Amino acid sequence: MSAIEKLKSNFPQSIIAIGNSAGQDYVLIKSEDLKKIALFLKNELGFEFLMDLTCVDYKGYPGREEKHRFEMAYQFYSFNNKERVRLKVPVEESSPSVASLASLWLSADWYEREVYDMYGIHFSGHPDLRRILMYEEFQGHPLRKDYPLKGRQPRIPERK
Amino acid sequence: MNTFEKIKKIAAPGIVEKAEDGRLVLNMGPSHPAMHGIVKIYLTLNGERIEDSDVEIGYLHRGFEKTCENINYNQVIPYTDRLNYVSPFINNVGYALAVEKLMGVDIPERAKYLRVIMSEISRITDHLTCIGANAMELGAFTVYFYLINAREALYKLGDSVAGGRITPNYTRIGGVSRDLPEGFEDEVKKAFSILTKNLDDSEKLLSRNRIFYDRLRNTGKITKEEAISYSFTGPLLRACGVPYDVRKDEPYLVYDRFDFDIPVCSEGDNYSRYLVRLEEIKQSMSIVKQALKQIPSGEIKNPDYNVSLPEKKDVYGNIEALIAHFKLTFEGPKPPAGEVYFPVEGGNGELGFYIVSDGTHKPWRVRVRPPCFPLTSALSRMIKGGYVADIIATFGQLNMIGGELER
Repeated sequence: MSAIEKLKSNFPQSIIAIGNSAGQDYVLIKSEDLKKIALFLKNELGFEFLMDLTCVDYKGYPGREEKHRFEMAYQFYSFNNKERVRLKVPVEESSPSVASLASLWLSADWYEREVYDMYGIHFSGHPDLRRILMYEEFQGHPLRKDYPLKGRQPRIPERK
Repeated sequence: MNTFEKIKKIAAPGIVEKAEDGRLVLNMGPSHPAMHGIVKIYLTLNGERIEDSDVEIGYLHRGFEKTCENINYNQVIPYTDRLNYVSPFINNVGYALAVEKLMGVDIPERAKYLRVIMSEISRITDHLTCIGANAMELGAFTVYFYLINAREALYKLGDSVAGGRITPNYTRIGGVSRDLPEGFEDEVKKAFSILTKNLDDSEKLLSRNRIFYDRLRNTGKITKEEAISYSFTGPLLRACGVPYDVRKDEPYLVYDRFDFDIPVCSEGDNYSRYLVRLEEIKQSMSIVKQALKQIPSGEIKNPDYNVSLPEKKDVYGNIEALIAHFKLTFEGPKPPAGEVYFPVEGGNGELGFYIVSDGTHKPWRVRVRPPCFPLTSALSRMIKGGYVADIIATFGQLNMIGGELER
């Protein structure tokens, strides 16, 4: 029984869709159940590695019917079972917020800071959410599709 | 106020300030030779001991991921050279494999072997740079020259194959750009004999050296559980006793056809990391030798006109090839709409490419999972409680590569 089937039988209410792309399965889950499912993956199914965590901005994606603009993508890996699972979580443009996994994986701290920096997604429960690659005074979020490729930034005031 | 706010408020205007309670606040880097020019650590010191720290990155952010969304799939490859610039071939290979997986195309056997050979040579150069620079920062300058000499011999091999020492731009979607030059096997033998000599000398100078040993043993320690929680991969994870290696656990290309071992240590300190890297160099040499024995002759790219450029004689000789050449040059390959995550074993650990396609010739999203990003995030944890001098040893063995850390 694969991890995705186990998720399906344990959380039938939380799963929005199960998809397959390029031979890899993924599960789209409800945003409010993310932490619950991540905890289940970690403790019950042995996915001890949170390999990656990122966001995709679907604004203007051709032929898209879903309403949410952003989608978080979490890559989990189980070393003992040699298995990978990808969780996807929809994030609305009006309130770009999702639960933080920093209390479950230490690596989530920096990963989430990067997503916050690049996409402006807020992670509720994150211990120290601030920019990581850009500087504090930077305006906007560079990886959003509506941020121009050659966007200019205002000058930072000099120290007095 | 969190620690960062506290430190920053005190430390930003000057270099060294005394906090109210007598502790010292110190800005280390980014213009510090041992911080490799691009990482800054805010330190709170109690005497020589590190009480708390905050690592600041972002000095080398170039917007790689944003750039990728605005160019076509083959144009991304030269940019991947600049991710981990001491093992550029592995980045080329990882990216190409991810796109090929998304497109569902296979590549000829010979191209797979070529990718393996160049990846392993890259892995050796990566480890040589790490050990060499680390030794230099700890005072062993001779070792640096020995190892960089060996690295140069390997860079020349890469140069002879791909036409570039550190920016090879070697893979294409569907294959590789060039075949091996004549007499490559002899050149590898020569380079490996230089490498073996330099490595033996360095090993003798370092492994039981009192200064080197004392500064690496029991410094920068991390437990297995914490390492997993920090998503460590590569030599640092293996130094904690977890034998995770993408080449063994999810073999890609033709890695399942070689006989090689995954070295592990159990201590999780800097010295274990050094030992793991040393052994990995030897294993990679063995893989290259085996691959050169097994490599079949044949094509080096997928003959499908939707994937890779036709031969020049076909372009001038028939209309289909001419059109394909035109379409591939101006637009490039078009993977179907979808997404893929593909990991390969980089010099520092799992290098993953997460690519989302909208069915056009430009990627919708290219995300790189840089192996040293989670490693650097744990730097604060690894140096806590240690001496200031241990930062140099730990940061060196971390093998932070700015290009992939900040993209």
